[in-house]
Amino acid sequence: MTDMPIKDAPQKVVEQSRLRVFLDSDVFYMFKKSPVAVISTIIFASLVLSALFAPLIAPTNPFDPASLNLMNGFTGPMTPNAFTGESFFLGTDDQGRDVFSTILYGMRVSLFVGVAAVLLAMVIGITLGLISGYVGGWTETIIMRTADVQLTFPSILVAMLIFGVAKGITPVEYRDQMAIWVLILAIGLSDWVQFARVVRGATMVEKRKEYVEAARLIGRTPYAIMLRHILPNVLSPVLVIATISLALAIIAEATLSFLGVGAPATQPSLGTLIRIGQGFLFSGEWWILLFPAVTLLTLALSVNLLGDWLRDALNPRLR
Amino acid sequence: MSLISVKSLTRVFDVSKPWLNRVIERRPKALLTAVSEVDFEVAERSTYALVGESGSGKSTIGRMLVGLLKPTSGNVEINGVDLASESDAAKIDLIRSDIQMIFQDPFASLNPRWRVRDIIVEPVVARGGDATGLAEKLLEQVGLSALDAGKFPHEFSGGQRQRICIARALSSEPKLIVCDEPTSALDVSVQAQVLNLMSDLKDNFGLTYVLISHDLTVVQHMADRIGVLYLGRLVEEASPEDLFADTKHPYTKMLLEAAPRMDGFGREAELPEGEIPDPINPPSGCAFHPRCPIARDICKAERPVMRPLGNTRVACHLAE
Repeated sequence: MTDMPIKDAPQKVVEQSRLRVFLDSDVFYMFKKSPVAVISTIIFASLVLSALFAPLIAPTNPFDPASLNLMNGFTGPMTPNAFTGESFFLGTDDQGRDVFSTILYGMRVSLFVGVAAVLLAMVIGITLGLISGYVGGWTETIIMRTADVQLTFPSILVAMLIFGVAKGITPVEYRDQMAIWVLILAIGLSDWVQFARVVRGATMVEKRKEYVEAARLIGRTPYAIMLRHILPNVLSPVLVIATISLALAIIAEATLSFLGVGAPATQPSLGTLIRIGQGFLFSGEWWILLFPAVTLLTLALSVNLLGDWLRDALNPRLR
Repeated sequence: MSLISVKSLTRVFDVSKPWLNRVIERRPKALLTAVSEVDFEVAERSTYALVGESGSGKSTIGRMLVGLLKPTSGNVEINGVDLASESDAAKIDLIRSDIQMIFQDPFASLNPRWRVRDIIVEPVVARGGDATGLAEKLLEQVGLSALDAGKFPHEFSGGQRQRICIARALSSEPKLIVCDEPTSALDVSVQAQVLNLMSDLKDNFGLTYVLISHDLTVVQHMADRIGVLYLGRLVEEASPEDLFADTKHPYTKMLLEAAPRMDGFGREAELPEGEIPDPINPPSGCAFHPRCPIARDICKAERPVMRPLGNTRVACHLAE
C-alpha cells in the first residue's frame, strides 16, 4: 500500500493540466509581449462584460416604456434637460431614452448575433470543408463550386437575400420575434465559405499524413478519422478566421440593421441605433449617432486587431 | 505454412488530367502501372524484404498488403482471407487486428494533438478493447519509459517516435507488421537500435515482417527472403546468402554493384546506366531490357515469367 502513492506521484507531474500547458505555451508568451493584443483584449473583454451585465450597469431600461419620459427627448450629453432637469451621461434620443443604456443593450444584440452567426458559419463551413477535403471527388466538386458561386456575390447581398426570403415565409405576427434568428441565419449562411475553404485545404494536407493511414488501416470509420484525427489538427487556422469573421459579422449585422432589414426597433442593435441617429444628425443632435457608431468601431477594431495578432502568432513562418 | 500469399497482384493508377482537360486537349487516359503481376509468399515468423529503386512499386505493394489500397487485379490473402473481396465483417475485423504497419516518416505518423498513451492504444480502443496500463507496458518493451505515456509526440526525437510507432503497431497483438522504410528517416546510429529492437520483438512476439527498403545492408541482416522489384515487377527472389553470393538477374547485379561498400574505396564503381523507365509507358517484353547489358531480341519481345532456379526464383530469359 505504501508503494502506491510513490508509483502514482510522477505520473501527475508529467501530465500537466491544460491551463498550465496554455500558460507555458509560445502563444501565451507572445500574447504577453504584444501590447496591441493585450490592449485590444482588455477593451474587447470590457465591452463584452458591459454588454453581458447591461441590466446592472445601465441607469435605465430603455425598452421599458414606463420608465421613459418624452419630455427628456433630445437631452444633450452631460447637460441637464431644460424641462425636467434630469441629466444623462451620453444624452437621450428623440423618445427620451438614455443613449448610454441603449448602447449597452444594443451591444448585447450585436454581439449575440455576431457570435451566433460565426458559430453557425463555423459549423457549416467546418463540416462541409472536412467532407470535401477528405472524401474528394464529386462531393468536393459540388460543395466547392457552390462556395465559389456564393463568393461571386457580395456577402451582404447574400445575407439580404436570405433575410428577405426567410422573412417572407415567417408569419407576420412572429416577424419581430424571429428577426434576430433570421439575421443570424442570414449572416451565418453568407459566411461559411471561408471556413470551408480553409478547412478543406488543411484537411487535404492532413489526410495524406501517415497518422491518418495508421487510423485507416485499423479500420477506423471515415467519420471517426475526420472528427478525432483531422479536426483537432485543422482548428488553429479556423480560430483565426473565426475571430476576424466575428468583426465582420458584427459589421454585417450593423449594415443590415442600418439598411432597415435587420434588428427591429423593439430590439435595436448598434446598427439600428445608428440608423435612428442618422435622422437627427443634421438637426444638431449628433450624440444619438456618434456614440453608437464609436462603440461599434471600437468593438470591431478590437476584435479585428486580436484576429490579426492571432494570425501572426499561429503562423510559424512569421516568428 | 505461409501467412501471406500474393497472387498476380497488379495495381494501376489513373493519373490522367481532369475530364475537361482531356476532352479539350484530346488526350487519352493516362494509366500508371505501379505493380504488375507480382507473386510471392511469406512464411509465418519470417522476414520478407522488398527492395528496389524509388518508383519500383514497393510501397504500393506494402499498402495493398495492409488493405490501404485495393488491388486492380490479383489478390492478397492473409491467413486465407482476402481483405479486398471478403464480405464477412467479422472476418475482416479479425484479420485487421492481425495486420499493422510502421511508416517511413516518424514525424507524420503520430497525431500531434494526441497523447502518446492514446496513440498507442488506439488499435485496441477502436475495437472496444480494454487498454488499461497497456501503453505503459508497451513503452517499456520498446525501450522508453512508462512515464512517457502522458507526453505529446513533439517531445520526442525521431528514433523515439519510431519506437512509439512500433509500440502502437504491437498493441493489437498483430501477426504481421509491414514496415515501410522504417529507418530511412533516422540517423545511422539510431537505425541500428531500431532494427535491433525490431529483431528482438520479432522473436518475443512471434511476428512476421514485410520489410520495404532500398538499403541493401539493412535487408541483408534482417531478411530471410528478399524480393527485388523493378518497375512494379518482381525480378528476383532469393535468400540473402544466395542473392548476394550467386546473383542471377542482371538488374540485381547492377544494384549490388552500385551499393556503397566499406571495402570499396577507390574501386571503379559501375554506375547503373539510364533511369528507371516511365511506368505509364513501360518497355515491351522484359522491363529491364533498355538498361540490360546482356539483352537479346527475345527480351524485347517476350515478358519473362518467374521461374525457379535452384533456391532462387528469377524472371529473366537468360539467367542460368
